[in-house]
Amino acid sequence: MTASPLAAREATLGYGRNVISADLTVDIPEGEFTVIMGPNACGKSTLLKALARMLKPSHGTVLLDGKDIHHQPTRAVARRLGLLPQSPTAPDGITVADLVARGRYPHQGILRQWSAEDERVTGEAMEATDIADLASRGVDELSGGQRQRVWIAMVLAQQTPLLLLDEPTTYLDITHQIEVLELCAKLHREGRTLVAVLHDLNQAARYATHLIAMRGGAVVAEGAPADIVTAETVREVFDLPCRIIDDPESGTPLVIPSARARNLV
Amino acid sequence: MSTAHRAPDLAPPPAADGASPGDARGTAPRRRGGRRVTGLIVLLAAIAVLTVLSIAVGARAMDLGEVWAGLTDPAADTYPVVTELRLPRTAIGLAAGAALGLAGALMQAMTRNPLADPGLLGVNTGAAAAVVTGAYFLGFTGFTQTIGFAFAGAAAATVATYLIAGAAAATPARLALAGAAVTAAGFAYVSAIQLMDAASLETMRFWSVGSLVNAHTAPVVPVVTLIGFASAVGILLARPLNALALGDATATGLGVDPRVLRVAGIAAITVLAGTATAVCGPIVFVGLVVPHVVRAFTGPDQNWVLPYSMLTGAAFLVLTDVIGRVVARPGEVQVGIVCAVVGGPFFISLVSRRKVARL
Repeated sequence: MTASPLAAREATLGYGRNVISADLTVDIPEGEFTVIMGPNACGKSTLLKALARMLKPSHGTVLLDGKDIHHQPTRAVARRLGLLPQSPTAPDGITVADLVARGRYPHQGILRQWSAEDERVTGEAMEATDIADLASRGVDELSGGQRQRVWIAMVLAQQTPLLLLDEPTTYLDITHQIEVLELCAKLHREGRTLVAVLHDLNQAARYATHLIAMRGGAVVAEGAPADIVTAETVREVFDLPCRIIDDPESGTPLVIPSARARNLV
Repeated sequence: MSTAHRAPDLAPPPAADGASPGDARGTAPRRRGGRRVTGLIVLLAAIAVLTVLSIAVGARAMDLGEVWAGLTDPAADTYPVVTELRLPRTAIGLAAGAALGLAGALMQAMTRNPLADPGLLGVNTGAAAAVVTGAYFLGFTGFTQTIGFAFAGAAAATVATYLIAGAAAATPARLALAGAAVTAAGFAYVSAIQLMDAASLETMRFWSVGSLVNAHTAPVVPVVTLIGFASAVGILLARPLNALALGDATATGLGVDPRVLRVAGIAAITVLAGTATAVCGPIVFVGLVVPHVVRAFTGPDQNWVLPYSMLTGAAFLVLTDVIGRVVARPGEVQVGIVCAVVGGPFFISLVSRRKVARL
């Protein structure tokens, strides 16, 4: 396995006295599209928050490029690691171009305000997410799928080799979910390291190149989707009896819940 | 007519009404950029005119020749009125208005709450509690004695609010709750002393209206310097506040530490609003309303909202002070009352005409 740009080392994660994960060690492999999955309350969003330095481990460390992420200047971290949180808020009346431009924050300073470079990068981010023709529109006029592409463009304008996305497809209809995931796949092909929390197992299996399955705050299985999406793992992680077939479109594993599953209710 | 009044007419609500079709607004950002520069020039011109008015208008009518003589010729009989009363009053009015406008804009941006004003941190109650304490326990009667005291009270209340809200763990919601608690406790204290002591009641009765009547006895240079310094700090927060507007999580991702930003913001707000309140008494309206008017014109970019709020606050306070001096000549109506009378209906119409912008 190649060197890991982002990792948790024996990290204890939680909120106050409520410990979600104890002694969690996770490596995010470089250049992969990693998806963290698992049932509700398995600790996947907590892990992502810790990797994004929004949550400080009570024990252990999170390492970015081998050094404790909390010992590095937060703006320097922001030039390495971009984050799209679950429910970002856009101020009323902001235009698409202005919102994307705010992604340039870690590259600017008091003496270094808006530059031609910022203009170029912002333009490229909007091209990459196919929102260039929306540039002067108000963000509040857009559809959910367009809005999510705008937020991804904002994170792209940050120009980070690492991207963390917390449930980027939640609240979107199926078409827009696929659109966002195809965009993520494209960003991965262009050489970025992606980490996303996803709910849909089949989408995770299709788009991820590396899967981390969690349950009860611990990593249960980890590896390429073809290797770890098995009936046994799915039962172990989700308590869901199922069959696995080949996705006729992509050849990736496709989880078919057993008809017996209704006996669970 | 004030610039504060004019602003929304120059700017038909851009996006919040949602009625304008997207393609018709293809060049909106660039147009808005040009418009914002023009607006800034108009605002500065309005402040220049209002400054002249504020020096020229008062209980004693003067023509501009007499005003000029009063400024330049120590032998002129208008000299004492102009340089010792009206000039410092105008300077304090501009500084306090700028401070209140900027403090309000910072407060709303920092808490992402369009109804926040510096009073939410306990600034006014803290100052009031200090003023009654001075009057009751130390026998302060004079205005100059209470200035430093009122400022210390405002600062103490803000610090108490911040600590009760959990210090580094303070969130906008916790700050609002802690501020409400501090305000309630301070109000109870102020009421209790007023009920016990008629002299304190009398002192508070004048202080709590909000007025520039005594501004000429305030230490003008320290007040303006303090406000100037805190304003510079406040304006420098524009860019991180733009990041914070996208939510605490997004701001963290962009390299802003929301906890550090809140400490810096609260410090700037405390000095700005604390100084203005210490000198003028509580003038709550400017900090609440001015940023709304400004945002309707400039849009949500704090790089514009903050300086605009400063200038509009300065213009608005001096304008209402001049109105107060004109309507009841040779007496005057305190600026706090004029602000509420002029600003109240205006704010109501603003809020009912368009939805309050989400921050």
